[in-house]
Amino acid sequence: MLVRKLGATTLFALQRTGRMGVFLVKALIYAITPPLKIRQVLKEIRFVGFQSMLVIFLTGAFTGMVLGLQGYYTLNRFGSVALLGPMVALSLIRELGPVLSALMVTGRAGSAMTAEIGIMRITEQIDAVVLMGVNPYRYLIVPKLLAALIALPLLTSIFDVVGIFGGFLIGGKLLGVSQGTYFGEMANYVDTQDILAGIYKSLSFGVLIAWICSYKGYNAGFGAEGVSKATTQAVVLSSVLILFWDYILTSALF
Amino acid sequence: MIEIEDLHKSFDGLQVLKGVSFRVERGEILALIGGSGHGKSVILKHVAGLIRPDRGRIRIDGNEIFHLRGRDLEQLRGRFGFLFQSGALFSSLTVFDNVAFPLREKTKLSEQEIREKVLTALDHVGLKDAEDKYPAQISGGMIKRTALARSLVRSPEIMFFDEPTTGLDPVIAHAILNLIESIHGRLRFTGIIVSHELSRVFQIVQKVAMLHEGVILTVGTPEEILSSSDPVVRQFITGSIEGPIKLH
Repeated sequence: MLVRKLGATTLFALQRTGRMGVFLVKALIYAITPPLKIRQVLKEIRFVGFQSMLVIFLTGAFTGMVLGLQGYYTLNRFGSVALLGPMVALSLIRELGPVLSALMVTGRAGSAMTAEIGIMRITEQIDAVVLMGVNPYRYLIVPKLLAALIALPLLTSIFDVVGIFGGFLIGGKLLGVSQGTYFGEMANYVDTQDILAGIYKSLSFGVLIAWICSYKGYNAGFGAEGVSKATTQAVVLSSVLILFWDYILTSALF
Repeated sequence: MIEIEDLHKSFDGLQVLKGVSFRVERGEILALIGGSGHGKSVILKHVAGLIRPDRGRIRIDGNEIFHLRGRDLEQLRGRFGFLFQSGALFSSLTVFDNVAFPLREKTKLSEQEIREKVLTALDHVGLKDAEDKYPAQISGGMIKRTALARSLVRSPEIMFFDEPTTGLDPVIAHAILNLIESIHGRLRFTGIIVSHELSRVFQIVQKVAMLHEGVILTVGTPEEILSSSDPVVRQFITGSIEGPIKLH
């Protein structure tokens, strides 16, 4: 009995993973083959990117400020406050920028993606798209995927820059590390490889968010409960996978 | 021509369709009648290719719909019009943009030509003044009429109507059925209509099929159905509580 249950659960999990994989492959194929719904892509970039800027700005600023504060007191014990700039910058560029930006975008735009597609599913709007001979992947999924792919690295860059200045605001203006030391040391310790790694991470997080959130909405259950469940699952699964994938990439890239 | 042969479908172990077969000739409208929850909408969604059957075949003009893939399937669907029970309008688009959607997506018409076609379609359904409104700002009857305009704007060859008058007052219901009749007179589409508005629907269709307990009980002209002596058909048409149809 237990073995049968275990087998059924394993098969179910495998089937679901397979379906999610097929969904992503289809979306990627449609993303690289014409025609592309440019207007839809721009609309989604505005939603995922531009409209997330405030939350990214605030999160970046406070993260940088906390890093500046904590970093100063920690480095001060070892007499190395001169390294505050590199510490803040490397923490942000390599880890916190990509990860926190992705988590913020998941909460703000990813959940909305799932809810929007889920409501379209339960109100037969997706069926209507299909019956008009319009490919729902091209119309609904691909624009979200491309928007996340374009917006995430840009939002992450904004997060990093704002965070670095947030760190300087505390470490420099409040605690007395000089501007030259803060930014000068940063140039000595941060190299292109660090920046590129951050960009690779944010690109992959963009795909991950659009994939999970669109899939969950596209396969939402019945009624309002189905959509709310799909939205919760999308946010939780995306967040966990972002952290998991971050670990894998960090191991591979650094 | 639409041919449905031996269609079977179960949902979570519950067998809804148990071998449904019927055909609709070109240019003909068939009314699919039967009790609520008996699978009429499920049949429509099978014919439109939205649901795959457990067993059985559906052919549209000789093409087996479940054998078509990709562009071929999209092309076939491009000949369809489907009026959903809920209207299924895109909530983020205005009435105008909803009706323009299939033209923008599936034709190479200029924006001016699209505008003319959409306004004509909206005029036919009496909604020319509502073009800038969103679905949330209009009534149920207006939603149905907008959806009707959207489904007909590309002059489809095959139309499916899923309870086009449910939830509407008798005047609007009558107006919608009149519209379907007049548009059929103009376009001569092949169609299937699911409706409980029997008296009026029987005036606009050429054939009626009654679904009962997962199979087609009888197919005939409206006159044949109205004069049927089958106790199930008689009970359904008269709306009597007494008879072989059990209340679920």
